[in-house]
Amino acid sequence: MKSAVIVFPGSNREGDVVRALRLAGSDVQKVWHAETELPKGTDLVVLPGGFSYGDYLRCGAIAGRATVMDAVRTHAARGGLVLGICNGFQILCESGLLPGILMRNANLKFICHRQFLRVERNDTAFTKAYAQGQAIDVCVAHGEGNYTADEDTLRRLEGEGLVAFRYSDSHGHVTPDANRNGSMNSIAGIYSTQLNVLGMMPHPENLVEDLVGGTDGRGLFESLVSAKAA
Amino acid sequence: MKARVTVTLKNGVLDPQGKAIEGALKSLGVDGIANVRQGKVFDIELETADKGQAEASLRAACEKLLANTVIENYRVEIA
Repeated sequence: MKSAVIVFPGSNREGDVVRALRLAGSDVQKVWHAETELPKGTDLVVLPGGFSYGDYLRCGAIAGRATVMDAVRTHAARGGLVLGICNGFQILCESGLLPGILMRNANLKFICHRQFLRVERNDTAFTKAYAQGQAIDVCVAHGEGNYTADEDTLRRLEGEGLVAFRYSDSHGHVTPDANRNGSMNSIAGIYSTQLNVLGMMPHPENLVEDLVGGTDGRGLFESLVSAKAA
Repeated sequence: MKARVTVTLKNGVLDPQGKAIEGALKSLGVDGIANVRQGKVFDIELETADKGQAEASLRAACEKLLANTVIENYRVEIA
């Protein structure tokens, strides 16, 4: 399994993602945003969290049009795996790889806390290590995570089973209280139509070691590594 | 040639920042404010003197980067 973690000016979570991927058994290379190609044999591209280009204009807007994104689009079109976390999710939406947009949190606050997510399906390359409906304990840290899409898009996402995670309580119940940023349908993450691109606001890479208080994020990286091995 | 591009949220798109500004104006005692929507203004200098060419460049700028047409409208004014 070979992963490429894209680094933009203002990315700041690439180190954690590299660590989580290596722990799961992946080879990892960091790739600068001005590159025109991905390293040969790249199986997975990760767009990490942070504040690319200082969130200028709109979160992810400038990074979404960076040179390397053409290579990422080609990789995705070939069926290659792409994971965008937090700012990475915003970049995927701005680049057109995923539909909709992440708006300012409904309460206007930057939220930063532990967060349970319900795993909507466990038959994708990203979630095989989890059970369907399982509540996983990760965390969120964002000011613009309020998932918004037009009615048709939302209906299509729901109808085709493209919602990956929803904000939930510790039992996996999707409640209004658990949806602290105001996302439509409590959406925390979505897949592309082919299920090979995943964008999510929460940070699974934060919780991959007991030392920091939890390991529920590990399953996502282990799923990816075993998906490639399979 | 100079131009101004205005990007605004489409009708129906929730604007929490506009709402917060509206609330702040009300709490400052500014009378008669019914509703506030926040947008962006870009003042752009163009190399060309040709109006048609300028308009084409500005439209491309809006479609490619300045506006996210999922939620935003844009307006181009050439001085």
